[in-house]
Amino acid sequence: MVPLSYIAVATPEAAIRRTAEGQGAEYIAGGTDMIQLLQEGIVAPLELVDINGIAFDDVSVAIDGIRIGAMARLSDVADDPVIRERVPVVSRALYESASPQVRNMATVGGNLLQRTRCLYFRDATTPCNKRVPGSGCSALDGQNRVNAILGGSDHCIAAYPGDLAVALVAVDAELMVTGPTGERTILVENLHQLPGDTPHIETVLKPGDLITAIWIPLAAAGRRSHYLKVRDRTTFEWSLASAAVSLGLHDDVILDARVAVGGVGTKPWRLRHVEDMLVNQRLDQALARAAGECSADGAEPRGQNAFKVTLLRRTVERALLQIGGLA
Amino acid sequence: MNAPLTPSVGQPVSRVDGPLKVTGHARYAAEFDIPDMLHAALVLSTVPNGTIAAIDDEAARRAPGVHAVITHENAPRLPYRRMSQRPQVDAQSGDQLQVFQGPKIHFNGQPVAVVVAETLEQATHAASLVNVAYEEDEAFTRFELDRGQRPSSGNEKAGRPAETQMGDADAAFAAAPVKVDATYIQPREHHNAIEPHATIALWDGDFLTLYDKTQWVDNDRKEIAHVFGIHEDAIRVVSPFVGGAFGSALRTWPHVTVAALAAKVVRRPVRVELTRRELYTSVGFRPHTEQRVALGAERDGTLTAIIQEAWTQISDYEEYAEVTLDPARNTYACPNVRTRYRLVEMNTNSPCPMRGPGVATGLLAHETAMDELAVALGMDPIALRLKNYAEKDQHKDLPWSSKELRECYRIGAERFGWAGRNPEPRSMRADGQLVGYGMATAAYPAHRSKASAEATLFSNGTALIRTAASDMGPGTYTSMTQVAADALGLPLEAVRFELGDTDMPFAPVHGGSITLASVGTAVEAACRALLDDLSHVIGADLSGPFAGLSADDLEWRDGGAVRRGGGEMVPFEKLLRELKLDKIVGHGTSAPGQESKTYSSCAFGAVFAEVRVDPDLGTVRVHRVIGAYDIGRVVNPKTAHSQCIGGMVGAIGMALLEQAEWDERFGRVMNSNLAEYLVPVCADIRELDAFFVESEDRIFNPLGVKGVAELGICGVAPAIGNAVYHATGRRIRDFPILPDKLL
Ligand SMILES: Cc1cc2nc3c(=O)[nH]c(=O)nc-3n(C[C@H](O)[C@H](O)[C@H](O)COP(=O)(O)OP(=O)(O)OC[C@H]3O[C@@H](n4cnc5c(N)ncnc54)[C@H](O)[C@@H]3O)c2cc1C
Repeated sequence: MVPLSYIAVATPEAAIRRTAEGQGAEYIAGGTDMIQLLQEGIVAPLELVDINGIAFDDVSVAIDGIRIGAMARLSDVADDPVIRERVPVVSRALYESASPQVRNMATVGGNLLQRTRCLYFRDATTPCNKRVPGSGCSALDGQNRVNAILGGSDHCIAAYPGDLAVALVAVDAELMVTGPTGERTILVENLHQLPGDTPHIETVLKPGDLITAIWIPLAAAGRRSHYLKVRDRTTFEWSLASAAVSLGLHDDVILDARVAVGGVGTKPWRLRHVEDMLVNQRLDQALARAAGECSADGAEPRGQNAFKVTLLRRTVERALLQIGGLA
Repeated sequence: MNAPLTPSVGQPVSRVDGPLKVTGHARYAAEFDIPDMLHAALVLSTVPNGTIAAIDDEAARRAPGVHAVITHENAPRLPYRRMSQRPQVDAQSGDQLQVFQGPKIHFNGQPVAVVVAETLEQATHAASLVNVAYEEDEAFTRFELDRGQRPSSGNEKAGRPAETQMGDADAAFAAAPVKVDATYIQPREHHNAIEPHATIALWDGDFLTLYDKTQWVDNDRKEIAHVFGIHEDAIRVVSPFVGGAFGSALRTWPHVTVAALAAKVVRRPVRVELTRRELYTSVGFRPHTEQRVALGAERDGTLTAIIQEAWTQISDYEEYAEVTLDPARNTYACPNVRTRYRLVEMNTNSPCPMRGPGVATGLLAHETAMDELAVALGMDPIALRLKNYAEKDQHKDLPWSSKELRECYRIGAERFGWAGRNPEPRSMRADGQLVGYGMATAAYPAHRSKASAEATLFSNGTALIRTAASDMGPGTYTSMTQVAADALGLPLEAVRFELGDTDMPFAPVHGGSITLASVGTAVEAACRALLDDLSHVIGADLSGPFAGLSADDLEWRDGGAVRRGGGEMVPFEKLLRELKLDKIVGHGTSAPGQESKTYSSCAFGAVFAEVRVDPDLGTVRVHRVIGAYDIGRVVNPKTAHSQCIGGMVGAIGMALLEQAEWDERFGRVMNSNLAEYLVPVCADIRELDAFFVESEDRIFNPLGVKGVAELGICGVAPAIGNAVYHATGRRIRDFPILPDKLL
């Protein structure tokens, strides 16, 4: 760990000023990922700007949507009655994340920006293009069981590990971001970028950008939704594969569908072709199976993660069956 | 007068050290607050084989707070005297890793420098500034069976023979009407105890004090004495609490030498505490082992041939070997048995014992193969085991000092509800999941070693017992207090037990499940010596109530002495006060006798597991595990039960989750942290239960106990694997059984 300075701020303006001007300042919220990254020597900011004092930490409902403050803790959001009732996919994804202790500490803003669990990114002694651009990707031919089968490149196959972002994609959520040039919104679906030949650039955020809130439009909150996560042990593990599904249903007919999957892509992965085949169909066993079947189309497995192709298909199928009360 | 005391042995006494632990008052090695203490951070090699070409430590030396950067270029040369006989917990041949004595690199993660600084943060930062260049040599990082070599004579003598042969197993196997023949893989596993290893070293002139995490203070002292070429009398090791070890703190690892060396160089106390990642290379692990098991049987299930062959990994500087093939040789009766053991040298740190060392590994393969044989025979797995019940230890050709394994099968099956099992694989379901029942035999040899203890009775009627034993979690503090309380006729609260200090009477290693049988009998002997002494004194006190009586005429109970056959109890307080004694001390030693040559001793069990497997997603959850055990006399049913179910938790990891993800290109464990190295979490644990069958082994030792710790992890993983087979019809021989393998 490199010596660094620390400052706590109470307003977005103060936070942005620190990180936009200062060279090498980074935000720290719950610190549950940042501390790991510091200890392992994966990041080395010169200054940590503590944003826990910024009071954007509640869930509020407006006529057109639900707003979640970026500094809200995962446990509070998971427990929130509005979230549980209107967007169960979000609540479920949070309950299935980490452990109660981590959830009490971690913020939703930080959660979206957590870094990959690729074993080589996390071990500073091995080559990794994401950590040290140009050094090579050790995962391509290495221990890549947890790595991505979708969206990878010759430079990086690190999977995006988080659950919340996947659920948010399924409810058309947006981020409210304040930066040096003012405020803007970003679809969660567009937050993360494909690795391509610049895997060290992970999101569309610019230095100084602060996520202030997550916005879930009420239209999406009206759909039936569900999150299914598959992993080796019962809990406290990132997903091997997960599926966030939200369906606008009339009787058994699907009018509107979102299907996003996690643990398998280099970013939260939306399956538009699966959504298309669901719309205007009756949700039954056969449809769930057919949708599951094509959910891994385009997958490029690399050795140990080949099982994820089958696992992903079955996960999507199971999630659809569950949401339809068919499992 | 108080009500008569009931004996404490046999009672489910809660841990006497529990309150200290849960209130944070139990002090662990890293927590001793030593004035002027400095902190150390290691620099580890990043290549698996080669030599250090150059070290640039300029920046580190100039970093704030740094007192020293020690490398092979400037470290004092240490004599590393050889021991005439290495303790069993060490590798039996080769030399231990010598720190900072030369440029040779044996494995990725080897300490190449240590930085000592005012604070841990300063030390860690400075360590990151040390630049090391290597000349790399071709590394052996693949586990290749054809590179397997015979164990050296040291290991052969220590009971890890290269080959054994009884009858003609190959001919019998060829002729057997029913047979199975398969290969099983058990990956490298790490102990991952919650307390990281830590050492504080403090020199006072030529006298060294070590606060250390160790399961054996006496050996720690001996090892460091040999490394530094100093007298054992010039070293004291203190280790009152150990936060779990599972075998990782049996032997003394290089970081202990680093602490002592660094403290000598900087002339200040130094603390070394390993990080979680460092624990994967700075202490040992359960070695990757591949085994072939071939079993032949008559159609009625009678075993006619057992062939078991094992290949296991070792480092290139030491030869640590295990008793992996013992279960093949003595678990069942069979006239034709052949075993073969080979070691595969690799560029890795040395493996070491991990709970149930060798035996758990051997049983994993053997008990899975037995299940496969039961399937091939169309026979119930318990019936197959009873058919081949070993009435004696056929390998040693000795009778068992006790064996209640039949009763274990019976009680275990009954409590589990084995009768409700439909033997057909994939035939049982619940809540949309496949249900499987599986079972296996557990066995772990019972040993004892020479041990000693000191008992002191004070004039206030309390007693203090001391011995250089250890308590890594099983409950040594508690069981010894119970044994002493009963021996002295005192209530539990009047007895204090202390351990973990070389200033105390010597004790053997706290490992191999030997502590109760070894140290417990010494504690009892020390108490008896004390009482014998006391009876002499009070018999000789002509004005006292017991004038003229001898030990045989007296009984000790309810906190004092009573004349045998009746009479008034005179409390210890009164006796000692009237004799004008502050205290009276007894010393006791115990050791195995002839019985270890005329009997074979072993703890046994029958383990039953129920799993639920998702038919589409391949996830396996252990619904329940029930074990029935023969552990001899049960001194404390509560801590014994905890030992057993704790072993089951470990074994759920072994069966379903644990594996070091080794990268052959770097010779490195890539998942060396607790987020990616998976062990069971609370939600993985459902119903676990253990029952103890009626048993008492007075042949093995006067207390009648056998030992339980290692046994608890034995047999559980194969029972789970066998249940997975029963649930799915899929036999997974390559552990752990991850969902990938069942899709
Ligand atoms: C053992 C373990 C298991 C876990 N398992 C899971 C799991 O199963 N599923 C899952 O989804 N997650 C899991 N996590 C990850 C965990 O949820 C995240 O670490 C956590 O949500 C991050 O939030 P934080 O507030 O602690 O972020 P920090 O660690 O403080 O920050 C993380 C990153 O986000 C940036 N950041 C934080 N807030 C903002 C903001 N408002 N605007 C801009 N940038 C910001 C920081 O600069 C930093 O780069 C696990 C973590 C651990 C330690």
